[in-house]
Amino acid sequence: MTEKHLSAQFDAELSGISTRVLEMGGLVESQVAQAIYALTNFSEATAAQVLAREETVNAAEVEIDRDLSRILARRQPTARDLRLLIAISKSIANLERVGDEAARIARTVQRLISAGMSSRLRLPVEDLKFESDLAIALLRKALDAFARLDVDKALEVLKQDDQIDQEFEGLMRKLITFMMEDPRTISSSIDLVFVAKAIERVGDHAKNLAEQIIYIVKGTDVRHSSVEAVETLMR
Amino acid sequence: MMETKPGISENETIKISVKNLNFYYGKFHALKDISLEIPEKKVTAFIGPSGCGKSTLLRTFNRMFELYPEQRAEGEILIDGEDVIRSKVDISLIRAKVGMVFQKPTPFPMSIYENIAFGVRLFEKLTRVEMDERVEWALKKGALWTEVKDKLHQSGSGLSGGQQQRLCIARAVAIKPEILLLDEPCSALDPISTGKIEELIHELKSDYTVLIVTHNMQQAARCSDYTAYMYLGDLMEVGATSDIFMKPKRKETEDYITGRFG
Repeated sequence: MTEKHLSAQFDAELSGISTRVLEMGGLVESQVAQAIYALTNFSEATAAQVLAREETVNAAEVEIDRDLSRILARRQPTARDLRLLIAISKSIANLERVGDEAARIARTVQRLISAGMSSRLRLPVEDLKFESDLAIALLRKALDAFARLDVDKALEVLKQDDQIDQEFEGLMRKLITFMMEDPRTISSSIDLVFVAKAIERVGDHAKNLAEQIIYIVKGTDVRHSSVEAVETLMR
Repeated sequence: MMETKPGISENETIKISVKNLNFYYGKFHALKDISLEIPEKKVTAFIGPSGCGKSTLLRTFNRMFELYPEQRAEGEILIDGEDVIRSKVDISLIRAKVGMVFQKPTPFPMSIYENIAFGVRLFEKLTRVEMDERVEWALKKGALWTEVKDKLHQSGSGLSGGQQQRLCIARAVAIKPEILLLDEPCSALDPISTGKIEELIHELKSDYTVLIVTHNMQQAARCSDYTAYMYLGDLMEVGATSDIFMKPKRKETEDYITGRFG
């Protein structure tokens, strides 16, 4: 949104709400990072921090939603402005779910710790770390692309989501092997399956965010389209 | 080869076809080579900043400009295939086919009944009973009947602004035109009256081709099927209203409708 409106106040409202989306994005991104830290270090304290943050994230979503309604009611935005606000409305729901996934991981950590798994656990938490690094980087890239309304970067996000999906499948195979080799790990392996799935969902939310960026800039709804189709559109 | 109808859906029947229309106020070139097709029984809105030529364009459709010697139009405006500009047809017959309502309500200084009957008498010889029926029909079309049916012989200027404007629409409708030109019909009205007129516009399009000039973009968004954006005498973009307000093709259009223009 480089060019200014006749109403400077409207500009301030739009940039203000975009900034808060980015803040909320930063919040959930660090939530995921913390949740993974809690997992790899079996840190009860960090897991508790992640869960405590959930309220802040939920409050941010409610607040952004309220301001969206206000802007819609008062400004009756059109075209690109309208698309921005619709996209924000959807994106914050995605970000809130990223926070939910982080909380899900944190609760799993708490369960693993209380089951006394930390000391004798020889599960592939390092592989999970790798998957989550990809997911966090993807989310950060999507948020960056949102900040600059950069469709090329958004397209990269769409392309890279596949990597996370592949990583998830690899992990799945590994965990199944673990369970077959040592049935005592079944319970905790299943927990890790859910963690891996949660991380994979974070990647999906980053992808959804990227799709919304393309919608804002190009005005085309690219959900459910192949990456190739989106690439053709951008050319 | 099929003629292209930029921005207008292929399934529409074209009522008005403007071809290379230029318009001059003396030396001032007010409309620049406008080509445009207007579909039948749809509402087409014209938006654009002051002085963009939207009212001027509207006034060419019934040759309203002929009232002023300094003004001239070049090009073609085909209504049902007949060129309005060079037509030898009596101007009052064109205006019977193309009704117009102005920004400020302009009731004649006579009774509500006579406001409607006056124009009808110019074109048709009706019996008393037929005229009564026509007046009632027109006032119903104008969504005014229930409010005035008990005071048809009171003066039209005693009505509220919104009622007066609906009276003017009823008056235009009474002579059974095919096209209705509305030049800022709601700019002098409060939101309730505006809402009634917009509802009326929606009903009128089942029988008429409606063209509306408005400064109020939200009004164009609410009540038109197609929107044309004009700027400095040029037609910048025409398209389905939902496309224009959601995803216009031209940056100029987007800048204007999002309020970035200026």
